[in-house]
Amino acid sequence: MSFDVAAVRHQFPILFKIIDGRPVHYLDNGASAQTPLAVLDAVRSYETTGRANVLRGVHRLAERATELYENARADVARFLGVQPMEIVFTGGCTAAINLVASSYGQLLKRGDRILISELEHHSNIVPWQLLRQRSGIELDMLPLTPDGQIDLEALPRVLTSETRLISLAHVSNVTGALLDVRKVVEAAKTVGAKVMLDGAQRAPHGPVDLGALGIDFYVFAGHKAYGPNGIGVLWARPELLDAMPPFMGGGSMIGRVTLAETTWAPAPRRFEAGTPPIGPAIGLGAACNWMAALDWTATHDHEMGLVQRVLDGLQKIDGTQILGPASLQNRYPVVSFMLDGVHPHDVAQTLDSFGVAVRAGHHCAQPLMDRFDLDGTTRVSIAPYNDNADIDALLAGVSHAAATLR
Amino acid sequence: MSDELYQTRIVALAKSKTGAGKLAAPTKSARRDNPLCGDRVTIDVTLDDTGHIAEIAHQVRGCLLCQASAAALASIAVGRDAGGIAELRHDAERAVGREAGTAHEPFDAFAPVAAHKSRQECVLLPFEALKDALS
Repeated sequence: MSFDVAAVRHQFPILFKIIDGRPVHYLDNGASAQTPLAVLDAVRSYETTGRANVLRGVHRLAERATELYENARADVARFLGVQPMEIVFTGGCTAAINLVASSYGQLLKRGDRILISELEHHSNIVPWQLLRQRSGIELDMLPLTPDGQIDLEALPRVLTSETRLISLAHVSNVTGALLDVRKVVEAAKTVGAKVMLDGAQRAPHGPVDLGALGIDFYVFAGHKAYGPNGIGVLWARPELLDAMPPFMGGGSMIGRVTLAETTWAPAPRRFEAGTPPIGPAIGLGAACNWMAALDWTATHDHEMGLVQRVLDGLQKIDGTQILGPASLQNRYPVVSFMLDGVHPHDVAQTLDSFGVAVRAGHHCAQPLMDRFDLDGTTRVSIAPYNDNADIDALLAGVSHAAATLR
Repeated sequence: MSDELYQTRIVALAKSKTGAGKLAAPTKSARRDNPLCGDRVTIDVTLDDTGHIAEIAHQVRGCLLCQASAAALASIAVGRDAGGIAELRHDAERAVGREAGTAHEPFDAFAPVAAHKSRQECVLLPFEALKDALS
């Protein structure tokens, strides 16, 4: 197989719209990616020919909905190289991390330690701070290298025999830095700690072989991976899911309820109380299948070729500075930069007038901004459907901001 | 469109940096953050015996709109008390389309922000900080 960007783009109708007289150069994929027709069709098919609740009903629509929902679980599992019953559908990536903090967190005791890093998204910081307030665990931080990668050389210094969990971004949502998972897992084993990866920025760039990574928990969001909003995924090793107590009570997650006591359903249902986001789950299954059908060697080359075009172009604009790995090594297609003398929001607003959508600000990573003493950055996040025209429009907009706003 | 947002008067206000800096001995100071975008404004004031502003200075870690608004506010804040600043805020709210009516100099410069709802808080953040400083 190879990569045909035009063929990919044709699967995303929004890319061909003219909005307020401007084309769509969508480079804010790290916030929310666009959705291909295959996903829209899957959701529409469920909503128009199979809409019903799952698990409970005996009528044919309910059976059809249940089959579609469980097929989606299998699609996601295949994408991650794991078994379907190890996949828990959640409301999003944040919800998945909170689930682990609430449920796995109940297995921890005062004085146990969790290790995160200074570049984490707030969703991988705040749930642990809340757990610290609730149960007296301690929180440790991995520092960063000057180019915005997690400094794994510090692992021996910050790991302790009380460290129970290391929870890190697989790919930084700000710097694009790719974590050296092997090194983390090796270090975790020396103290018996579990490893969780926040895959929000990695999952949109192709299937993940969780078995090969050797980790214990993985989470990602549907809407960043070409799926619908309101759906996310938690994968955990089955023995961990078995040991974890429920974090939310209600229908579907029970074994037997009496007025005296309740027993729990096995995982994954134990963690899916109430009616789940059925349509979004079906859409996410379709998104995983859509991603799995791409040739990711060629797709990754395409994406990283665009990253190189961004890096080269920004270098030619006076006063730009990259926050993140300077080369294509150890990075994914997320590029953050600063333009000297121009606030990131003003860069982003100017880019909007060129039809270019990017994210600017702290990217829900304020500790990272504090670490580098930054107000924020302008972030370019690339998807397979982006092309040279998107990058050239970006560079034209940044040049314009540099010329007019300082 | 966004091009019109950065019209000459707004850019000139920001670049004027009127009141930018710190006061050596402020009577009161207050800091306000916008949790959504991370903009931060710190305002120092000295007050006279009647609670009117004698001196004002601001530090803005934020966008051009926030800088411009802080400069505009600093340019006309001296001599006003909390009530007078509240009146100015109404003028800024009118400029960005949140209140009916015509805005006056210098806040009428922010009229283009009316079309950009996500940026209106940038204009109003210095007022929030000054309100806290005067409370």
